[in-house]
This record gives sequence, structure tokens and C-alpha cells, in this order.
Amino acid sequence: MELDKLKATASQVRRDIVRMVHAQKSGHPGGALGCADYVTALYFEIMNHNPGNFTMDGKGEDLFFLSNGHVSALWYSVLARSGYFEPQELSTFRKINSRLQGHPTTAEHLPGIRIASGSLGQGLSVAAGAALAKKLNKDNSLVFSLHGDGEIQEGQIWEAAMFAAHHKIDNLISAIDYNGKQIDGPVDNVMSLGDLKKKWEAFGWNCFSMDGNNMEEIVSVMKDVKAETGKQKPLMIIMRTEMGMGVDFMMGTHAWHGKAPNDEQLAKALDQLDETLGDY
Amino acid sequence: MKKFEYTEKKDTRSGFGDGLYELGKKNPDVVALCADLTGSLKMNAFANEFPERFIQSGIAEANMMGAAAGMTIGGKIPFAGTFAGFATGRVYDQIRQSIAYSNKNVKICASHAGITLGEDGATHQIMEDIGLMKMLPNMTVINPCDYNQTKAATKAIADYMGPVYLRFGRPAIPVFTPADQKFEIGKAVQLTEGSDLTIFATGHLVWESILACQVLEKKGISVELINIHTIKPLDKNAVLQSVAKTKAVVTAEEHMMNGGLGDSIAQLLALENPTPVEMVAVDDTFGESGTPAQLMEKYGVDSKSVVAAAERVLKRK
Repeated sequence: MELDKLKATASQVRRDIVRMVHAQKSGHPGGALGCADYVTALYFEIMNHNPGNFTMDGKGEDLFFLSNGHVSALWYSVLARSGYFEPQELSTFRKINSRLQGHPTTAEHLPGIRIASGSLGQGLSVAAGAALAKKLNKDNSLVFSLHGDGEIQEGQIWEAAMFAAHHKIDNLISAIDYNGKQIDGPVDNVMSLGDLKKKWEAFGWNCFSMDGNNMEEIVSVMKDVKAETGKQKPLMIIMRTEMGMGVDFMMGTHAWHGKAPNDEQLAKALDQLDETLGDY
Repeated sequence: MKKFEYTEKKDTRSGFGDGLYELGKKNPDVVALCADLTGSLKMNAFANEFPERFIQSGIAEANMMGAAAGMTIGGKIPFAGTFAGFATGRVYDQIRQSIAYSNKNVKICASHAGITLGEDGATHQIMEDIGLMKMLPNMTVINPCDYNQTKAATKAIADYMGPVYLRFGRPAIPVFTPADQKFEIGKAVQLTEGSDLTIFATGHLVWESILACQVLEKKGISVELINIHTIKPLDKNAVLQSVAKTKAVVTAEEHMMNGGLGDSIAQLLALENPTPVEMVAVDDTFGESGTPAQLMEKYGVDSKSVVAAAERVLKRK
């Protein structure tokens, strides 16, 4: 997809996110807006996948795992906009009897989702296992995973980091949404992460950095990252983002991590986001 | 009473290891993960013969459970093995979200369960694991009684789609079930027919209950002994049918009373057919170091305890 179209799609995804969270007066808009460009780029440009024919096993196609499941509104929007289900279903987000649960789940059989996430720190292990299964199946497609920066305070992440390097899982491309903010405040105040790049390199990963809110850079860096698969090392992208990106009053603060906008705030947010594909 | 004989004693974990090896030869989708306890879980034969399908996971059980869940995506059938304590309590949330809630086809293989782990003491003697696992929706819980049954169960769960908790143990115990048995998940096995009371036993306590039946028979008490190898789903019909006849129940297991087999049977009977129940189980206490036999006696989970429980329940009939 051309860059302009990718940007336009990301704008619609951002509109979906704030509208979904507003409608049920609950959800996590901050991180979802911050990662909107990356996840849009993954589904519309970077991954080879089959929206019209979803299978749990995903043999022969690239897989994506959202480990920071609380940014579910983003994932649901991108899945719907790329054809996994009708965008109208986004209106059921977090409501009773919906397939769009607060955190992603396989229990409701929503196409596009292959594991539950929400309790943090588990997705890297799952992604590594899925990537290992692909290797055993001689399946050359790739596995992608996304993680919050606060999430990597979980010990299981570092177990998985060792595991993926030890088993040379080089068909795995993971990314950390490095927005520097978590529920209780700046990550550096809550539990500082130190030098992330050096940490992942010390664990045996091939490490990249990029601006996760710059579509040109995302597309270009991801080409480089894909070219490094198959070289005995798992790949990690330290992705700098701005929490709340695209909505001025949600940026520069952790206040919108898990808070819904009111009617007035929604109108203000939508004024800043172009409707490009038609609201659901 | 039917006679039960055995020619050798073997550990149930060897039944698991041998079953896994046979599965490896038969089914290329079977993979095994282990958290640095390959020898203890008798997984060496599989690991040596199928190195590509053996995933050493190091002392990192949380990741092992997550990776096993991930491997099901792609059609693999992962058998993830470690000690029962580390296979349940240590990784409860990983099992809950990535395996049970996600309904992944992972086989959690838990060795050294219960107090008969012995000398290592209470840190390693988990007796809460059945309760932890049976509380999880989607989870099947199996606790076979000897080497042959553990081997048969290991092979059977590969053909079942869904999460399974398979519990087995460390000590060598009599091998008394047939080598060619068909293992049916959720189907109780009646060992003796009787009219005075029913003993529902699981795991190592099945043999102890056979010994107890022999003692009770000499006292003129007719016992129906039923092996409940699958605690969840419970074979409700088998339980209710037997209890309708005997009207008195003893449950026997190497587990806490809270959350164990006895608790499942008592719940069923309270709802369907209130009946006197006595439970042979560990009563809300941690274990300690000792030989398996010493510990089973001290903590009240041996044949003598089963006999005493039978005599108690008959007085309540």
C-alpha cells in the first residue's frame, strides 16, 4: 500500500479507537493511539496474511500476537478494516455478548485472534512457540509480536528472551512500544528499564530502533528488519512512540492510558482525525 | 473378592516417559518441552530419538507453558513436563490465560506429585495441584494409578483435542493394571464389586485401597472399589450408580482434602444424592522430608487410613 493510503488508514483506525472507547465509556486509548501507525503498517503493508480465510494454525502466513492486550481497540479496528470481520461489529466493543472482549480472546472465536492476552508478559513466549512450530513445519512465514514497555517488567519476558535466542528463533520479529509511560506514571519512575537496546542485545537479539509514529520510517526499517530474518537471531524493534498520538490533549501524559473521553472530548478528538474510510 | 497380583514395581513417571516415546514414533506432531528435569521425568528416550522435537526450556516454567501454547498454533501437540509444583502453582496465570482460557491443545505433564516425592520435603510436595487445575474451565484432570495406566493415559491424551493436566509420581509401586488396557478419558474403572460401601480412589491410593479391601474383606465387609483416573470430567454416572447401591462412600487420594477428588465426589453427592462420605486425604497441612511410606502413614494417606475411614463411614450409614 502507498504511504499516503497507509497514513489515511491509520487516521481512520484512530477515529475507530476513540469512538469505540467513548461508546462504552471504557478502554485504553493512549497506547492504542500510540501504536496505530505500526499495527496499521503491519496488516496493510508488512505481513502476508489471509483476512478472508482465517485459520487458527495460520500455516503459510505471517502471524501477529498482541501481548499488551489492553490496546485491543487498535487491534480490533485494524482487523476489521483489513477484512477479518465487518467494521460495524466495532460498535459492540466491551459490551455484553460481544466477540470484542475488553482484552483479546479466542473464546469468542473472533477471526484474527489466536491466543488470549491481557495478563501481561505472556505473548513473547507464545510468539516464540508459534515461530518454533513454523520452523518444525518448514513454514517460511514470520511471526510478529507487540509488547508494552511497562510490560517488559514482567519476568516471563526475560525467560522468553533467553529461550528465543537459545533456540535461534530467527523468524520472530518483536517490537516494544516504548512510550515511556505506564499506569502509575513515567516508566523511569515506576521501574526503570535501563538501556533497552543493550539489554536485548546482551540477551542475544538483533536489535533495531525506529520512530513508531513515522510511517515512512516504519516501512523502511521493517524492510531492513525482514531482511535480517533467518540469521540465527530473534529480532527486536525498540519503537519510540507518543502515547495518545494524533489527539493533542491525550499526548504528553499517561492520564489517557485507561480512560475514556466524554462527549465533548470525543468531538475535539475527531476534529483532529480525518475520516478516510467511513466511520462504522 | 477379585485377586490383584503384580510381578513388578515401577514408577508412574516411567509410564509417562515410555508412553511419550511411543507417541513420538507414531505421531510427528507430538513435541515435548521440559524445564531441566528430563531425567526425572523419564523423557530421555524421546529427547534422544527426536532431538528436533524436544525443546529444552531451562529452569523457566512460565515461558515453557507459553511456548507450548504457541506451538499448538501450527498444529503441534506439546507435552510440557516438570515437577507438579512447578507445573501448576508456579505458572497458574500462564496456564489460565494462554492454555485454559485460550483452549490450547497443551498436555501439562506433572511428575513427583503429592507427598510420595519424599525426602525433598514440603517445597516440592504439592498437594494442591488437582484443585488448582480442576478449577480451570476447559481443563481435563487425569491422575492414573500405575505404570501401565499412566502409559495408556499418555498415549490417549494425544488423541484428545484440548488442555489436559496429567499427574503422576516418583516412587515405584505395584503394576497391576493390564498392559493392553484401553484408556478412556472420563470413564471410571470398577475394580471390585461390593454392597456395603464404595471406595473412590485415584493415583497411588488405588493400590493402597486394594490392600485396604483385602483387610476389610476379612472383616466381612463387602467393598466396591472404583478407580477414578479422571477427576475432571468426573464420571458422574459411575459414582451415582455405585452409591445408589452401597449408600456409603470413602474417597482416597494423595492430595489435600480441599480441592481434591473427595471434594468433587462430595459436591456431586450433595447435589444429587446426599450420602455419608469419609475422605482419605491430607488435611490442610504441608508435608515434610521422609520416605514415601513414612509420609503416607504420618499424613494419613495409606491403606490403614482407608480401612479406618471405611469403618467410620459404615457407622454413619
